[in-house]
Amino acid sequence: MLTILFDGIAYGMLLFVLACGLSVTLGLMNLVNLAHGAFAMAGGYVLVLLVNDLGVPFWASIVCAFFVSALIGLVMEKALYVHIYRKSHLDQVLFTIGLVFMSVAAADYAMGSSQVFARIPDALQGQIHVFGIGMGRYRLMIIAICGGLALALQYVLVYTRFGSRLRAAVDDQRVARGLGINVGSIFALTFAFGSGLAGLGGALGTEILGLDPTFPLKYMIYFLIVVTVGGTSSITGPFLASLLLGIADVAGKYYVPKLGAFVIYTIMIVVLIWRPQGLFARAANK
Amino acid sequence: MRHFLKFAVGTAIAGLMAGGAYAQDTVKVGLVISMTGSQASTGKQIKAAVDLYMKEHGDTVAGKKVQVILRDTASVPDNAKRIAQELIVNDKVSVVAGFEVTPAALAVAPLSAEAKVVELVMAAGTSIITEKSPYIVRTSFTLPQSSVIVANWAAKNNIKKVVTIVSDYAPGADAEKWFIDTFKKDGGQVVETIKAPLANPDFAPFLQRAADAKPDAIFVFVPSGQGAVFMKQYTERGLDKAGIKVIGPGDVTDDDLLPQMGDAVIGAVTAHMYSADHDSAMNKKYVADFTKAAGFRPNFMSVGGYDGMHLIYEALKKTGGKADGDSLIAAMKGMKWESPRGPISIDPETRDIVQNIYMRKVEKKNGQLYNVEFETFKDVKDPAKIKK
Amino acid sequence: MTEPTPTAKLATQGILARARWHPLEFVFWIVAFGSIWFAPNKHLILTEIAWLALFALSLDLILGYAGILSLGHAAFFGVGSYAAALLAKHGIVTEPVLALFCAGLVAAVLGFATSFLMLRGADLTRLMVSLGVALVLRELANQFGWLTGGADGLQGVTMEPILGLFRFDMFGHNGYVYCLVVLFVLFLAARRLMASPFGLSLLAIKGNPLRARAIGIGVDMRLVAIYTIGGFYAGVAGGLLAQTTAFSSLDVFSFDRSADLLLVLIIGGTGYLYGGIIGAVIFKIMQDYLALWSPQYWPFWIGLVLVVMVLVGRDRMTRWSEPLRALVNRLDWRRTPS
Repeated sequence: MLTILFDGIAYGMLLFVLACGLSVTLGLMNLVNLAHGAFAMAGGYVLVLLVNDLGVPFWASIVCAFFVSALIGLVMEKALYVHIYRKSHLDQVLFTIGLVFMSVAAADYAMGSSQVFARIPDALQGQIHVFGIGMGRYRLMIIAICGGLALALQYVLVYTRFGSRLRAAVDDQRVARGLGINVGSIFALTFAFGSGLAGLGGALGTEILGLDPTFPLKYMIYFLIVVTVGGTSSITGPFLASLLLGIADVAGKYYVPKLGAFVIYTIMIVVLIWRPQGLFARAANK
Repeated sequence: MRHFLKFAVGTAIAGLMAGGAYAQDTVKVGLVISMTGSQASTGKQIKAAVDLYMKEHGDTVAGKKVQVILRDTASVPDNAKRIAQELIVNDKVSVVAGFEVTPAALAVAPLSAEAKVVELVMAAGTSIITEKSPYIVRTSFTLPQSSVIVANWAAKNNIKKVVTIVSDYAPGADAEKWFIDTFKKDGGQVVETIKAPLANPDFAPFLQRAADAKPDAIFVFVPSGQGAVFMKQYTERGLDKAGIKVIGPGDVTDDDLLPQMGDAVIGAVTAHMYSADHDSAMNKKYVADFTKAAGFRPNFMSVGGYDGMHLIYEALKKTGGKADGDSLIAAMKGMKWESPRGPISIDPETRDIVQNIYMRKVEKKNGQLYNVEFETFKDVKDPAKIKK
Repeated sequence: MTEPTPTAKLATQGILARARWHPLEFVFWIVAFGSIWFAPNKHLILTEIAWLALFALSLDLILGYAGILSLGHAAFFGVGSYAAALLAKHGIVTEPVLALFCAGLVAAVLGFATSFLMLRGADLTRLMVSLGVALVLRELANQFGWLTGGADGLQGVTMEPILGLFRFDMFGHNGYVYCLVVLFVLFLAARRLMASPFGLSLLAIKGNPLRARAIGIGVDMRLVAIYTIGGFYAGVAGGLLAQTTAFSSLDVFSFDRSADLLLVLIIGGTGYLYGGIIGAVIFKIMQDYLALWSPQYWPFWIGLVLVVMVLVGRDRMTRWSEPLRALVNRLDWRRTPS
């Protein structure tokens, strides 16, 4: 029972790291970026390449995965995404679905279509037992890293100058611009950081979710669910939503294996009908 | 308008006949597999094997040029049906081959029966497929073949309590049914049966459920390509340390993914018809050539493709190049040959494959993981068809 | 009765002109039906184009006319598809035309039921709710394996001849004619509907829901109605797929199908009814050609086309359709002597 809860939390944390970049871009620039999963996939493949083929240590590779994805994000933002901020949601959906198709085919071309895994250090394999609860070491690490990240993000958002600018820009872009905040560069940075986080999540998730070229398509729906259920106005919203969905998904599959993914889709619909702006959105937002 | 109609129909018929005349010196084989989507890895195995066979044996047989037309189904059965139909109607293929999943193979069966075109199943493993049209022949395997043998083995080797986990579609149901029936007959006990959804391979909750039942072993069937995730999560859950064994048909320790699975799979016991480690000169050459050409290790899906091409070539030799469905299928029945997997033949009654099934255990050889064969069951027919 | 103002007169004529047929439209349909004779060996792909066109048309009704963004339109398509296949398999309604109508009705009921979910929220919420509905239905279809065949698809369906006369032949000839006729009939109905006050009020809602409400248009009721109608059309399209292939699988509900559909409609252009049909022709031919040319990596090229399309500007890209669109919507109006 508690093992299930533990697994659910780990899964939820992973979802959070994967999806929180998406939530920020959506909230900040009103950009529906369906290609978010492609950055996660990039991070995953970076990890696999570094660890398996070049023999780089696991931890260093995880960090690399973050920076490589962030770099790709930055380049993509400057080269492509800037052109579509002002377009309609429909255009953004088309554009980013196009990117997803391209990334899937490109990954297939470069990496083959089989699932790949990174070799993980022995210290992270197997389970440890605390008070009779079996906890996977790898999942424990995910909870530690992702939990730490969530706290750090919250700190940055609430207590730093950058954070207040970002929040200002999310709340009212025009006024923020008027106050001399360079919204464009804030966005580029945030986009890069969000992509980096996705890459990190992709790298961490390789072991649990598996990695193959269809990754961006397979998990796109999950990211979107997290974002729509959590709302886009804060970090805590998506965080709680991720946890809720992670636990519901794992518990649902454990207790009623036949229903499968049914549980989380239903949760999403119910939440959206009840609160169209997301479960944890501030009232009267936008 | 009437004249136009006559003219149009006339040209169309002339066109069809011209196409027929052209088809006489070429034998076309439609290869309907998934090159994109969730089954892409299987499709690529088959494609690489077919290419290898054509490279080794040339493209001319019995005075005919063999032309393979590759079409992608994007892992969607509806597409498989439409594409097979186009291949039969427009391209006038003599054989439609491929079909990595059961739904695709089944969807095409009525077409094969109506058009009298040979449907060569190179991968899908549900027993019932070959019964759906008199023109279906199979070069892969059936799940009952290996499930029955693994059940016998388990009962003899001190495994008493088993939990089954299978993917929720026809082959999974086949594997589960034949394993449970046989295992119970041999005195074993199945404490829980779990069906995992086909599309979403997160096995963690299912494995937890299995672990909580404390069995001696888990019998598992997942389609080719999902085995690695399963084994990863099996290890992560510490089931290997808890002494719960993994047994099943060989799909779970797929050669394609085996090198990635980590040392925890060592000791997994499966029954299957092909291992890249199979000890024969022919297989050694096959594995070497295949790996060189394709860049990855051949798995059991690839030999289905390789033997499928062999069957077409040999059948054409026997008919002297006649490529209509009736002659081809007649020539294919009872065909016997040596494959990289060992001696195999096509059952003249059922058009299904008869082959050796090997018990294998995952071991490390020269630093790489392999399914090492330790026992052979000769000339196994599909058990589901013997009973009738 | 006072004399109507010139503006009002012009508006009336404009509205009437929308209902009038332009010569190009006749050409369009003559070419479409001509394909029965001049492209006999392309009937299989043409059949796919026909049902895809109808499916896109149904999305056009709700997106192009009512402005509802949906990423789960496959829900209706799938329900229609399973309904048609099941009706035939269990011999409940064996005559295909009648069964097709029933399939449409089932989907329409679903459309009606789910339309209330679509009334709330902005684009993204609607996108996700519609997607969620389709995914839930997919899981349900997977669950009720005894009814739907689960992940194996619904096997063993045999279709009776259309109207008891025309068999679904292997070359797909009759199937194509059947799909084309259904498409044409439903297109006529949609064209008539959209030129009616109901259609015009929808456009007003799309333009500005608040204003529409202010001038006394019952917004919610109309959205429910059009969503239901859209469901019917999509259900019929799904039914056509099931009937022409005698098969139905979980894939009919898939996300990819809804996404592809959106692409089809956007390529052709929204809001003038022909967009879906033209988009279906272009998309299918492009996909088929690319998949033949590069069976492994064709999605890359489709993706590239989309990306370029958005970057260059969708309006500019679909401007080629502008003459037709203008002819349908506006030219007649200008030409009409006032």
